[in-house]
Amino acid sequence: MTSVIELRGVSKVYGSGAAEVHALRDIDLTVGTGELVAVMGPSGSGKSTLLTIAGSLEDPSDGEVLIDGLLLSAMSRNDRARLRRRSIGYVFQDFNLLAGLTAAENVTLPLELDGIGSKAARVLGLQALVALGLDGHADRFPDELSGGERQRVAIARALVGDRHVLLADEPTGALDSANGEAVMRLLRSAAEGGVAGIIVTHDAQLASWADRVVFLRDGRIVDQTARPASAESLLVPGPSS
Amino acid sequence: MSVPHALLALLSEGPTFGLRLRQEFEARTGEVWPLNVGQVYTTLQRLERDGLVESDEEGADGSQKRYRITAAGATELATWLHTPPDTALPPRDELIIKVLVSLRLPGVDLHEVLQVHRRHFVEAMQHCTQIKARATDDDLELALVADAELFRLDAVVRWLDAADSRLKRRPVRKPDEVAVSSPRSARKATVWG
Repeated sequence: MTSVIELRGVSKVYGSGAAEVHALRDIDLTVGTGELVAVMGPSGSGKSTLLTIAGSLEDPSDGEVLIDGLLLSAMSRNDRARLRRRSIGYVFQDFNLLAGLTAAENVTLPLELDGIGSKAARVLGLQALVALGLDGHADRFPDELSGGERQRVAIARALVGDRHVLLADEPTGALDSANGEAVMRLLRSAAEGGVAGIIVTHDAQLASWADRVVFLRDGRIVDQTARPASAESLLVPGPSS
Repeated sequence: MSVPHALLALLSEGPTFGLRLRQEFEARTGEVWPLNVGQVYTTLQRLERDGLVESDEEGADGSQKRYRITAAGATELATWLHTPPDTALPPRDELIIKVLVSLRLPGVDLHEVLQVHRRHFVEAMQHCTQIKARATDDDLELALVADAELFRLDAVVRWLDAADSRLKRRPVRKPDEVAVSSPRSARKATVWG
């Protein structure tokens, strides 16, 4: 398994002096091709900071981040912006779709920002929408879609083109359990298709879709699950009366 | 889980043999609760003793007995289906007791105790989710059982999270205050009244 996302000794401090807050302390985390890792922890444990640093939206105070083996700190601002546009997809709890753009336009926006012609972008955008079961919804605006459909559009946007790094912050937080499960099945199959993903959440049901769950507490990784062995039966037979 | 009631439910669809009941029971419960033949026959005997099922006489050629539900059995089944299980008792869960006794044990890191259990339950949830993810769309029974198990485990993890944050906020007590506890009856009344 090739390492796609790698955090080495990452720390993040906000403020200074008495107001200093250590959001992350000495985080080591590697996510490989086709691997889905959930980062679980309570509010304020540093989950979202970890995600923004892994996604190059914020710099660590200490330590290094590598994407596809490339050191972010050694890249120019332009190169990092290109990496974000081409390789990294973000999914948020509240979808973050632009209300004035159709589903297809929302999905193709990152491609067009990257200089891909609108025709070629539309082809890729439609492919991504079809892959997420949204055929026929391409020309609808976000307010014409249900919550579950909006999140699927957001996932299509995160995966369109050659994106292979998926970063999700409570992606099912605004959805009911059936839609939440549908979204997790899609993220799971994206991983099986080779995407490396990090999902941060406080929800154990969501985290249980991941290959590995990392537990964060006060900015530190305190524990993680073993990779689950493939399971044959649901429950160990027990006394039943 | 109530095996007697599950057997009554199967018999309400028509008379059948003990072995057939066992196969049906396993199929209907997503094959996650294996039953042995002995269990099925012991349960049927009890049901027959209580007048909830009746059976043919065993054939002279040694053929199997057929069981059928009685009117009293049908009433018992309907009552069971519409009666929620008893939830009024105080919990006697081993995990809760473990955490409660740890509170007063010197040298025990309670956050660590909670985390060991959190990881264990999340791993169990990963196991269930994996099975659910692989189940085919028409395997409704398995999906329902997996959901039930996931919600049950999730409740434990949520309790561990809540316990963790409660412990973080708890006031530091002086050692001489630790042994003093409020009158039991009053606390019981508050929580379980």
